[in-house]
Amino acid sequence: MTKEPVAVVGIGQTKHVAARRDVSIAGLVREAARRALDDAHLAWADIDAVVIGKAPDFFEGVMMPELYLADALGAVGKPMLRVHTAGSVGGSTALVAANLVAARVHRTVLTLAFEKQSESNAMWGLSLPIPFQQPLLAGAGGFFAPHVRAYMRRTGAPDTIGSLVAYKDRRNALKNPYAHLHEADLTLEKVQASPMLWDPIRYSETCPSSDGACAMVLTDRTGAARAPHPPAWVHGGAMRSEPTLFAGKDFVSPQAGKDCAADVYHQAGITDPRREIDAVEMYVPFSWYEPMWLENLGFADEGEGWKLTESGLTELDGGLPVNPSGGVLSTNPIGASGMIRFAEAALQVRGRAGEHQVDGARRALGHAYGGGAQFFAMWLVGAEPPAR
Amino acid sequence: MPEVLKAPLAVEFPFTRSLGPVQSAFLTGLRERVVLGVKTVDSRTLVPPVEYDPVTAEELRDLVEVAPTGTVTTWAWNHHPRRGQPLGTPFAWVLVRLDGADTALLHALDAPGQDAVHTGMRVRVRWAEERTGAITDIACFEPYDGEPAQRTGHTGEFEDAVTGIVAAARLDYTYSPGRAQSAYLHALSGRRTVGERCPSCRKVYVPPRGACPTCGVATSEQVEVGPRGTVTTFCIVNIKAKNLDIEVPYVYAHIALDGADLALHARIGGMPYDQVRMGLRVEPVWTEGARFPDHYRPTGEPDAEYDTYKELL
Ligand SMILES: [Zn+2]
Repeated sequence: MTKEPVAVVGIGQTKHVAARRDVSIAGLVREAARRALDDAHLAWADIDAVVIGKAPDFFEGVMMPELYLADALGAVGKPMLRVHTAGSVGGSTALVAANLVAARVHRTVLTLAFEKQSESNAMWGLSLPIPFQQPLLAGAGGFFAPHVRAYMRRTGAPDTIGSLVAYKDRRNALKNPYAHLHEADLTLEKVQASPMLWDPIRYSETCPSSDGACAMVLTDRTGAARAPHPPAWVHGGAMRSEPTLFAGKDFVSPQAGKDCAADVYHQAGITDPRREIDAVEMYVPFSWYEPMWLENLGFADEGEGWKLTESGLTELDGGLPVNPSGGVLSTNPIGASGMIRFAEAALQVRGRAGEHQVDGARRALGHAYGGGAQFFAMWLVGAEPPAR
Repeated sequence: MPEVLKAPLAVEFPFTRSLGPVQSAFLTGLRERVVLGVKTVDSRTLVPPVEYDPVTAEELRDLVEVAPTGTVTTWAWNHHPRRGQPLGTPFAWVLVRLDGADTALLHALDAPGQDAVHTGMRVRVRWAEERTGAITDIACFEPYDGEPAQRTGHTGEFEDAVTGIVAAARLDYTYSPGRAQSAYLHALSGRRTVGERCPSCRKVYVPPRGACPTCGVATSEQVEVGPRGTVTTFCIVNIKAKNLDIEVPYVYAHIALDGADLALHARIGGMPYDQVRMGLRVEPVWTEGARFPDHYRPTGEPDAEYDTYKELL
């Protein structure tokens, strides 16, 4: 029996900011969920199941969000599931929800991811004082910066590439009313003159810390036929994992990321991602990860990713726009960041991305990763229903 | 075989919580000695109040005052109170349906012994002397044999409302690093670095975890590595981390010890930070009584060729 085609018919986000002191966590998730239902013209009673994701428990100190948030998300009397996969969780949460529809377990599923970083402490959560172990010696960016240096050494990329990405993403964010950072006065010179925090990573090349939530309503063909706005159709979705540390691990281009992308392209019938995909929302927490992921996801040959960035191809009006929403560099409620990538990809093919719409986007990729390059989740969405 | 190590691990953090309109009114009410519930769509009064209707999911904002007196609906005796619990002497955990409420609130009942507690007994709030807008503003409940207390008809509007709380969380563990890491730590105390080789892929893991993460098989063959190694990649840290007493800037490096198949992470010293480079040959510097090398310093050997360490970044 073939799978049920899965459609995204509702998308909602909160306006991402540094601190939402006016709402509880329940109030925050509710806002995104309500907007997704409104987009789909649905009521709570139309939802058959709820799938939520959030950052690791220690970040926020909320151990069982599925208990705490059931009433806020209208889940009483319905199945409610929670997904855990570190920073990629927003992506894998959406995929678990999509699989429930594809398998015809449920017809219409609400999926949601959130984080209130203002009430959370990721750095503390990642550096618990484990006895007999040396404390992490480098702070938040110190984990990523050596991998960026390794990428530069391996590819010979000029050291300005990271600043091009940061400047582009922050410019894109100005067109996205939900983005956290709206730095209208930012110039490329200012990015390049910003303090070097973890050499080779500068301040303006790092992501902010945000409060926010993102929700989507996924449904089957019948639900899609009733939807008031064009849906986005899921053409492929996959998750892959690998250990955080092992002999032979390639932090610059992890094997699990390559395998995950290959699986998604195979499902979607994509043979030349660079030409067949119209927009990409990828998880770029530090600017240099754009060229690194361009290679990992098969948009460029090994060593060539930075050339695509340098040529302007990944700009909003380029041949392969990357992070038209402004990306993680402009908005980072960690637990929600992956789902925002998936949702923004869907907005593009629905033609509902507003000012940051990529003209004529028919196929878009959403990408999430997390846990020290341990977890990968991706989906490819299209304006047309899948052929198979 | 050295003994397996163990040590206490306390995971502790003062999380902050924004309350939102309903919890803000409830906790501010407690500060003012007023207990508030919320009316649901089907006209029940829930105490403590919730923001969303448990049946219809509608937003709830209709706050109503209930009495500080009520009835025990069920209970359990706590023989041995623990740190952070409402009372220091044995007490009953009780569910109390306050007069005017349709649901019960969990709290503590101060009673001389379990014989003095029964379902259906009447109780009243004992307010804390110092109240800040927290559930602990109710010090506990106590037995009460009067009529339901009067309510003032409060609607939940307060001057100077509490909008956030600090929710201190603490978990106490006994942590053991296990057999392989205990052996590694034991060897380190003699300033030797000992890893373990996977019997399947032959890779040497330092520190060892007792199993190979790619082959999924146990490791036991011990292999001494280092003490010298190669800097495979690094960053220069220019901002001071809160919990670290290290002067910035400093270099945080991945170091592949000679004979190891993956890099460990450590600080580089003994040379200007801006002269550290990939391929630099280094050796550990120990300080008296330390469990780990304080940092690594250059050996003076020629740099390693990129091809010799490019798989170990
Ligand atoms: Zn092995």
